[in-house]
Amino acid sequence: MIVPFGHVLVVFGIIFGLGVFCAVVRRNLIMIVLGIEIMLNAASIAFVGAALRWQNLEGQTFVLFILAVAATEVSVGLAVIVYAFRQTGSFDPNNFNLLR
Amino acid sequence: MTFYGFLFYVISAAVIGSTAIAITRRNMVHAVVYLVVSFFGTAMLFYLFGAPFLAALEVIIYAGAIMVLFLFVVMMIRVESPGEVMFPLSQWLPAALFGLIYLAVAVVMIFRTSGTQVPLSALTASPGQFALYVFEHHWFSIEVISTLLLLALVGALHLGLGRRKNRVEEEI
Repeated sequence: MIVPFGHVLVVFGIIFGLGVFCAVVRRNLIMIVLGIEIMLNAASIAFVGAALRWQNLEGQTFVLFILAVAATEVSVGLAVIVYAFRQTGSFDPNNFNLLR
Repeated sequence: MTFYGFLFYVISAAVIGSTAIAITRRNMVHAVVYLVVSFFGTAMLFYLFGAPFLAALEVIIYAGAIMVLFLFVVMMIRVESPGEVMFPLSQWLPAALFGLIYLAVAVVMIFRTSGTQVPLSALTASPGQFALYVFEHHWFSIEVISTLLLLALVGALHLGLGRRKNRVEEEI
């Protein structure tokens, strides 16, 4: 016996909220991608907790997919950020208005 | 409270604390290193929840590969410390209010719903069992994932090489 399942969900909610805060408030592209990573990580905590709650391996399998999606997202996202940095010389999302 | 429960609360506090420190750092190298600490804590949570294979993957992929990628980008590009200004009070106060309302409602909902008071039992899925389950039920999804990773590789290569090729053409 570890803890009630609700506590796991509360921890997931707090970490997810921190990720949302980071992605919304920071004006730096790298920190925005970091916030998305934190959110994905929080989701995987919830999935593993749920897998233990219902004693079903489906949740753990989904974490495997989350890991792959996170790796994909971060590699392409950082490549796009470096590309945008070469174009504008800045990490500030407000400066990416080349189409204006 | 059992010993495992005590461990859960200690690790969760460490994870939440290091994440909170990470997202408020101005220096991005510090932020990334704090996030590595947070991901180590998450790996320990996975181990506590009976997923040793996922704990290893968390350390190897999240804390190892992804965060090192972030470090490379941060170190490759000289970051002029941009004066990140905080939003004015009139902007973030409503947002914070609504966020707190949602958080409170979510916590109440979690504890009023039946089934969330069920204590988790300590159970471990060994990597062998996990692998058997994944490849019996989800072998096609694994193939899709490998295609996705290949696509990411191609996309990153394309973005990284595109501009240089154009410059060479211009010189010619």
